[in-house]
Amino acid sequence: MLIEYVPLILMVIVGFVLAVVFLFAAEWLGARRTTREKQTTYESGMIPVGNARQRFSVKFYMVAVSFIVFDIEVVFLYPWATQLTTLGLTAFIAVIIFIVILFAGYFYELVKGGFNWD
Amino acid sequence: MSLTFIFFTVLAILAIASAIVTITARNPVISALSLVFHFFMLAGLYLTLNAQFIAAIQILVYAGAIMVLVIFVIMLLNLGDEEKLKEKFNLRKVIAVLLASVLIIQFFLIYLLTRSGKIEIAENTAKLSTVQSIGQVLFSEYLLPFEAIGLLLLAAIIGAIVLAKRKLT
Repeated sequence: MLIEYVPLILMVIVGFVLAVVFLFAAEWLGARRTTREKQTTYESGMIPVGNARQRFSVKFYMVAVSFIVFDIEVVFLYPWATQLTTLGLTAFIAVIIFIVILFAGYFYELVKGGFNWD
Repeated sequence: MSLTFIFFTVLAILAIASAIVTITARNPVISALSLVFHFFMLAGLYLTLNAQFIAAIQILVYAGAIMVLVIFVIMLLNLGDEEKLKEKFNLRKVIAVLLASVLIIQFFLIYLLTRSGKIEIAENTAKLSTVQSIGQVLFSEYLLPFEAIGLLLLAAIIGAIVLAKRKLT
């Protein structure tokens, strides 16, 4: 049974190894001529001011929470999508109701300004 | 040694190693990254248990969504390197050791019970835990719980907005 997953495991390994190889190849093969200007922090041509480790706005967290909710919605659609042809109309209507319920949440967020930055 | 055993051993060693890095790393970002690695190894371990759907969810939800939250919290709090905290009273450590020993006893009991044959492992787990069979059951027998999950997620969205968009006076 594990044999079935060998292509998947190979893909994960190849992806990981490729990323590592590219990183080290760039480090090893790339030319390096450092100047003072190159070593300074990139800030669109301006002279850098202050510390880069600033606290992020809590508004980013709002984005993350909405992402998780809709991510979990996708998770529940995944088993349905694999069995679409055998499950038939009842399951299709059930999924539509599910999506409508969550769309109400999306609409609520839109009205309440959850997607607005200010 | 079977292929499954080799696979399990490699994954288990990597999972334990990355878990140790997670709790010992001084830099919280390194901690978070090794936790992602740990989640991937756990997904592999679920595959050895024939839990195909849980393995997929482990990567989709845990390594994807939950880790986003963890990274966001690290950035929001602007955590630098961990500093040594002076703990006067180590009640927390005592509780942690107690909980960990309960867990170890449980593992040991499960091991003993499966050895002596008191716990039987279902034969068709490989068939039951595929995404297809979960879909088949979820959308026929457990249709109402499925819709209830929709309502639960709706409550989560509303709760998040009520908390985040509250006007602070």
